[in-house]
Amino acid sequence: MSQHGKSSKFLGYERPDGSIGIRNHVAVIPTVNCANEVARKIENQTEGTVAILHECGCEVTSQLEIPTRTLVGIGRNPNVAAVLLVSLGCETIDCETLVEEIGKSKKPVELIRIQDLGGTIKTVEKGVRIVQEMVQNSSQEERKLCDVDSLIVATKCGGSDLTSGLAANPAVGVTSDRIVERGGTVFIAETPELMGAEHILAKRAVNKQVAKRIFEIIDYWEQRAKDEGERFHLITSGNIQGGLTTIEEKSLGAVYKAGSSPVQGVIEYAETPSEKGLFIMNTTGDDINSDTGMLGGGAQILLFTTGRGTPVGSPIAPVLKITGNPRTFEKMKDNMDINAGTIIDGKETIEAVGQRIFDEILEVASGKQTKSEVLGHKEFAIFRERGHAY
Amino acid sequence: MNKAIVINKMDSVATSITDIEAGSTVHVKSGSEITVKVRQSIPFGHKFALGKIEEGDSVIKYGEVIGRATQTIEKGDHVHVHNVESMRGRGDLE
Repeated sequence: MSQHGKSSKFLGYERPDGSIGIRNHVAVIPTVNCANEVARKIENQTEGTVAILHECGCEVTSQLEIPTRTLVGIGRNPNVAAVLLVSLGCETIDCETLVEEIGKSKKPVELIRIQDLGGTIKTVEKGVRIVQEMVQNSSQEERKLCDVDSLIVATKCGGSDLTSGLAANPAVGVTSDRIVERGGTVFIAETPELMGAEHILAKRAVNKQVAKRIFEIIDYWEQRAKDEGERFHLITSGNIQGGLTTIEEKSLGAVYKAGSSPVQGVIEYAETPSEKGLFIMNTTGDDINSDTGMLGGGAQILLFTTGRGTPVGSPIAPVLKITGNPRTFEKMKDNMDINAGTIIDGKETIEAVGQRIFDEILEVASGKQTKSEVLGHKEFAIFRERGHAY
Repeated sequence: MNKAIVINKMDSVATSITDIEAGSTVHVKSGSEITVKVRQSIPFGHKFALGKIEEGDSVIKYGEVIGRATQTIEKGDHVHVHNVESMRGRGDLE
């Protein structure tokens, strides 16, 4: 048992707005995909920075809401100490709004424009000087003892098989309940993958409006699935090979991640809830898109269950990879942080693994690196209304 | 070690937690103990029927409906996409 294991405390960074970070990144955020390479070059020339590369920023006005909210949310995320926005100069996204909205978190935010500064070399030079100072300043932040009630824990499943619903997701459900009981917040997302299990969540809604909203978001995604005109649109060939037969079966296994707490509300992609407790974030079922949504909503850590195994990480948050499949744990040990396959092997209870995940959250929140972090996994994608997979 | 798990006593299927050979006899706990002779090989993570499921009947796992039998399923049969269909988000039925 670790020094933090029996408590609910960890060592985090207190931000000027009172939120608690568990990492101390200086984020270099391109405001449009045209600025990606310049942002990457600034990251490459400095230590302690992370470039948040994405494909958005020049949508038509009606499609700008999600990219804007997401970039603001990523900038505001407590794991980020300071932000440099890198703009091209003619994109449709409103850069002043990004500066203003991220600035409400009172952390340092600066904006540079490639067209104003005169191209790649000059913008990289200016950007490097800015982030050099940001990194020096943020490196003086010290971790202090914080309570688990300051955490927003995102839950996610991907590459699911039968062990996800039998072992990893129920164990994460135990962890989720522990977090919520101690005053923290938990997100469950991936609306299409709650289809067939919505009545379970709706029964736990804190009021009728929330219950109604749960059915509404499922209806929306069900209609979209029907529009695709396929039988197996909602489960993958890998899911089927792993033994999952229908979306209902996948969803009933996935919903365990939410534990047994009341559902406080339904929030939109990259929206931050104003209260604490368990929230459903209305997102696609695509792994990276939904991860980004939850981090944009303020989650500092992500619990990712995977039966078949996946290597993905995040540029700004630790991702804890949990598999319920003992064979996958052995085969993909380099990527898996937690073996919940002990439940399948009959060596450990769901309750015990749930507690083990909770203890690991406190370790990771205090600075222990997850395998995806050490291996440099920084997968990131912002949901786009068109041209995405489920 | 158990070869298969029944999650809820309402369930009409068990989930294998090892590769089970065709013709094997498996004991599973579902309230009382049920003995099932599996009729086909059941790969790790796949399901088999705990009793006869008539065509059109709901298939139950987690104590909830996971789909509908598209043909009569005998006790011990492999239960998967060849004999069960989803009832949700089906674009091919529109």
